[in-house]
Amino acid sequence: MRQASIANNAAEAAIPVSRRAAAREIGMKVVFAVAAAIFIAAVIVICVYLFIRAVPAVGEIGVIEFLFGGVWAPGKGAYGIGTLVVGTIVATAGALIVGVPVGLLVAVFMAFYCPKWLYKICKPLLNILAGIPSIVYGYFGLQVIVPFVRDTFGGTGFSLLTTAFILGVMILPTIINISETSLRAVPKSYYEGALALGATKERAIFRTMFPAAASGIVTAVILGLGRAFGETAAVVIICGNVAKFPTSLLDSIRTLSSNIANELGYAEGLHREALIACAAVLFVFILIITTIIMLLRRKKR
Amino acid sequence: MAKEIVLREGEVDVSHIVPINRQSFADKARAYAHKPCSLIGFALVLLATLITLAMVLWILVYVFMQGVPHLTADIFAVRWTPENMSMLPSLVNTLTIAGISLVVAGVVGIFAAVFMVEYAKSTNIFVKIVRVAAETLSGIPSIVYGIFGMMFFVELCGWGNSLLGGAFTMALMMLPLIMRTTEEALRAVPDSFREGSFALGAGKLRTIFRIILPSAMPGIVSGIILGLGRVVGETMALVYTAGSAFNVRYPASPMNQGCTLTVYMYSLINEGNEYIGQAWAVAVVLIVLVVLINGVAEFIGNKLKKEY
Repeated sequence: MRQASIANNAAEAAIPVSRRAAAREIGMKVVFAVAAAIFIAAVIVICVYLFIRAVPAVGEIGVIEFLFGGVWAPGKGAYGIGTLVVGTIVATAGALIVGVPVGLLVAVFMAFYCPKWLYKICKPLLNILAGIPSIVYGYFGLQVIVPFVRDTFGGTGFSLLTTAFILGVMILPTIINISETSLRAVPKSYYEGALALGATKERAIFRTMFPAAASGIVTAVILGLGRAFGETAAVVIICGNVAKFPTSLLDSIRTLSSNIANELGYAEGLHREALIACAAVLFVFILIITTIIMLLRRKKR
Repeated sequence: MAKEIVLREGEVDVSHIVPINRQSFADKARAYAHKPCSLIGFALVLLATLITLAMVLWILVYVFMQGVPHLTADIFAVRWTPENMSMLPSLVNTLTIAGISLVVAGVVGIFAAVFMVEYAKSTNIFVKIVRVAAETLSGIPSIVYGIFGMMFFVELCGWGNSLLGGAFTMALMMLPLIMRTTEEALRAVPDSFREGSFALGAGKLRTIFRIILPSAMPGIVSGIILGLGRVVGETMALVYTAGSAFNVRYPASPMNQGCTLTVYMYSLINEGNEYIGQAWAVAVVLIVLVVLINGVAEFIGNKLKKEY
């Protein structure tokens, strides 16, 4: 804010040499503002386009039938995304169950235990984990985890368990990075105070530093949730794509995103519009998640 | 000969307490023996870290073991044929899409960041809305971008499945990343640079283009390179915008369709068991590319930090 005001005052104080120069100054300011406005326009256009196509389709199918219908069978004209929503939610929950505890513990290690020489090795490795394209995760899941689950636990291997595991690994870097940053942002005096009161290192970390970094950690978890929620390329290969309510960890599932990716290539007519409606539902979920993150950030300030 | 300790009233015997920075391993072990919960906590932290590192190494080693033997001259052949399944054309497509989308997103993202940092006050309602919009854009899943790109660029603009449509979809996806990194870089430029420039009689525009942007360049470039990594790794936003033609050709123009490396890998996987090795080979190339790109971005970004 200070920067901007200094800059503004100075710019106003500097008398433009000519009218052309002044016009250029104002013209470029408008160009910069338009560039910023493109962000707003993009969100609005995406929103409007999705809903223009989705709303009539949902109207034709019936809101209740669409949102809560348990049968997705485009061939028979049944477009209920109930199973898909449940599939998405259980897959995301599974990913969080796998990813959050491990991620938080690793963040603690990185922030408090890791010696410098080891940090120089660990950090790049975690960055690589963050950089691996999702399609590679999916293929790894398909070639390694699916056969493993099939041989050890039975079933086809294309299961909720496989999906949750791969998604859990995928959200690890997000959770580790953001929690580590927020743990490091807690004043060191909290930690020292706890130690001085006789707490062990672990007690100081888990009872003092963790609560102090809570809002950052919650943000990390929610960002991980958002990533798992919308992930497509990895999930579509390993989830089995069976649109049924899963009853066990070894059942195949189908998520909203994998449903779109699977069928968009050949869908026509109402089927295609229904898939766009699925994307709109995903979009709404992500809007809610983004809102929660922004509220958390505001609270922190 | 131990010295007799005489405790006066109110005093506590502290002679057995070892200062925390002089604790030996045995002292620590003894402390842990008294506090099983702390020991368990410590063990869990170590365990989780070992699991994570093992997981990273497992994935990397496995992918390389499977993929490297298939990195033959055939798979890098200049022309794609059903016999060699060359990935070179799709690599070219990836770079084409990356080039176009980085130019588009770069210009818009950098200009927007300049507006946010140099012109607007952060209490401005417009700025707040732009921030909310950027946050929203960065959260939207790639499949939603894909479906939007298909509806907007492919159908409404009539571009058909084309590299251009894919590139614009990717540009949209990268906007928030580029704006955020550029903003950080601009804010890292000391105010004295601006004041000095104004004091020498430079106008605002000249200050921005001649002083601020050049000083912030490493940060901006590092953001753009991160964006490049994003394009290389993206699949779902491109399948339905740039096309997923299995017979990979060199695009004659940006209006032709063509698949990128990731989409090529996706197609190979969907073919079933026939092309397992080739898909692993593509995976190796993808990981190497992304790691290289991110490494370069970090290297350039660190250079900026050292300067000020």
